[in-house]
Amino acid sequence: MSIAASFRTITATLLVCSGLYTGLVLAVGQALVPDIADGQLVERDGKVVGSRQVAQKFEAPHYLWPRPSAADYNGAAASGSNKSATNPELTERARAEIARHGATPARPLPAELATTSGAGLDPHLSLPAALYQAPRIAAARGVAVADVEKVMAGQTTMLPLASGTRLVNVLETNLALDAAFPLKKPGG
Amino acid sequence: MIDSILIPALVIGGTALLSVPLGSWLARAMDPAPADAAMARATGLFTAIAGPAARPGQDWKAYALALLAFNALAFLFVFALLMLQQHLPLNPDAKGPLTWDLAFNTAASFVTNTNLQHYSGEQAMSYLSQIAALMWLQFVTPAVGLAVLVALARGLAGRPDLGNFWLDLQRATFLVMLPLAILWAVALVLLGVPMTLQGAATATTLEGAEQLIARGPVAAFVAIKQLGTNGGGWFGPNSTHPLENPGMWTNLLQTVAIILVPMACVWMFGRILGRPKHARLIFVVMLGLLVTKLGLAMWAEAAPTAAFTGLPITTEANLEGKEMRLGGAASVTWAVLTTSTSNGSVNAMMDSLNPLTGLVPMVDMWLNATFGGIGVGLVNMWLYILVAVFLGGMLIGRTPTYIGHRIEAREVRLAILALALHGVLILGGTALFAASDWGAATTSNPGPHGFSQILYEFTSSSANNGSGFEGLGDNTVPWNVATGLVMLLGRYLPILIPLAIVGLLTAKPRAAETEGTLSPDGATFGGLLTVTLLIFGALTFLPAAVLGPVAEQLAQP
Repeated sequence: MSIAASFRTITATLLVCSGLYTGLVLAVGQALVPDIADGQLVERDGKVVGSRQVAQKFEAPHYLWPRPSAADYNGAAASGSNKSATNPELTERARAEIARHGATPARPLPAELATTSGAGLDPHLSLPAALYQAPRIAAARGVAVADVEKVMAGQTTMLPLASGTRLVNVLETNLALDAAFPLKKPGG
Repeated sequence: MIDSILIPALVIGGTALLSVPLGSWLARAMDPAPADAAMARATGLFTAIAGPAARPGQDWKAYALALLAFNALAFLFVFALLMLQQHLPLNPDAKGPLTWDLAFNTAASFVTNTNLQHYSGEQAMSYLSQIAALMWLQFVTPAVGLAVLVALARGLAGRPDLGNFWLDLQRATFLVMLPLAILWAVALVLLGVPMTLQGAATATTLEGAEQLIARGPVAAFVAIKQLGTNGGGWFGPNSTHPLENPGMWTNLLQTVAIILVPMACVWMFGRILGRPKHARLIFVVMLGLLVTKLGLAMWAEAAPTAAFTGLPITTEANLEGKEMRLGGAASVTWAVLTTSTSNGSVNAMMDSLNPLTGLVPMVDMWLNATFGGIGVGLVNMWLYILVAVFLGGMLIGRTPTYIGHRIEAREVRLAILALALHGVLILGGTALFAASDWGAATTSNPGPHGFSQILYEFTSSSANNGSGFEGLGDNTVPWNVATGLVMLLGRYLPILIPLAIVGLLTAKPRAAETEGTLSPDGATFGGLLTVTLLIFGALTFLPAAVLGPVAEQLAQP
């Protein structure tokens, strides 16, 4: 009798919880917020260039660089570093990032630029960590640092509930930088 | 640092308030009064679905047998579906087969409400496996836990039987978990979580590289993952992933969902027993321990990463493994709540927490009763209550009684057996794996932290939590088999033993409650209960804590 009841309750809960429930949420999401439901993809010139919510690799000096990624920005295989505070590899990576950003004791690197995020796909930087990179970006694009800073400031959103933390979205900021200061060789 | 007070206060205070009306609903839905016409119709429907087995009232043996039959068939179904996923539909990204040991571990993990993941969701699982195997178990396994608690409460309340498992299972699934999940899933998709059956998107980045972006019906999955003390994420890195948890508001909703139903379980228990004061005392003891642990974790995590000492890096709180859009306070709050309950989802990487912060989740899981998993967390706490009642009786020299039941050596022996099992599974497993290549060859961090990774994995398995120090290379045959077995033992024995204890108690005549009886509603008993919990936890696990997180803290520069 327990076997029969198991089969019957398994069938009923599967139909409702996996079938009807998923269908309902899918219908609501696709009807009301299709952009979100599909993963907040961003297009430029009719081509998908990424997702607003997923960090992508930026290495060129004229772009804002996101936080380092333990997943190498693979959007289909996210991962954190899972390194502990006593792991020397954490120190080695920090040294590499210090060299890459040219940080000095007088101009220390913001800690977020030396650390990887939980999924390796953190799409944001704090405004100070973005402004930190403004001189490099300005030099690479041949424009004034203040102009780059202005574009960044225009991309700022406040983090709710967090005592004044300001964030910028790296991909959107780079799109705004490209729009404000077009490059001769796009993607160069 | 206003956020380190504001966020936990909002989450814990707000959820505590919400849990009171939800507790009333749980009591009404799970244990309906005979005169409740709407619930009688629901019971009629559930009886029709389950068939004749749903009619009789069950004693503890019949209830337990039904529970085991359902779980065994659920396990087999999910194991088969996982093994065959490459041949089945809803697999847009053509995911391949799983190894037998990974499928065993995953089926054991999800059927026990643990959701330990030795795979990475977006890399290993087809959409069908995620929706029909894993998400389905995320609905019915918290329902099993809730059913056990209701059965226990009915026995203690002196009912002629414990109720009927098939009815309780469906009540918990359809009347509790499902409506909450619909609310949460719709809110999550509106706030930024994807919900699509299309496969991964392909993008050409601004620098010209190709990027694959995994997605799927994430919102539906994440809602029940958080609400059902499940914790198994759609994506490998769980709610650290910016598509699984896109911002502060989704984070707030998901954090509330971690403790909402576990908190409401306490009020439901009080209502079914007709003992609201007893429920209040249990709630206060749990909340007191929870807030203390959270305070310790907040303090420990405010320190910068020791690895950056002396480097030209700004000294902020430890940001390794954390997300900028969530921040430190929200991450620590989550880490403590997810391990206090048996949720196990994460929004920051546990492995990269400061050493002493990492100890707090382990303490949470060692105690496994500060709210705990849905239903079963309070059942664990009830075992501690029995021990405390017995100790109290000894101290005041009276026969120990608990709400009209005489507690004797036989019941206490069983309670201690169930509680001590936790220590045996964790410490035994850790010793075996730390001393052999099964464990020692799989750690990813040097020194004491490597030991902590092994200790954490067994702790999380036995507590049916599912979080991990995820650097551990745990997708191996020894890890998959060992933690699979530990999860099964750590789930079903602490369910069966308390049901057996209730069977023993209800077979005895009720004892009168007199002036001299130690009241289970008062501050004295609250203190005794807290001390019992701490002594049990500390004595059992202190040596392991010293070898792992404490040694690592002392080894820091």
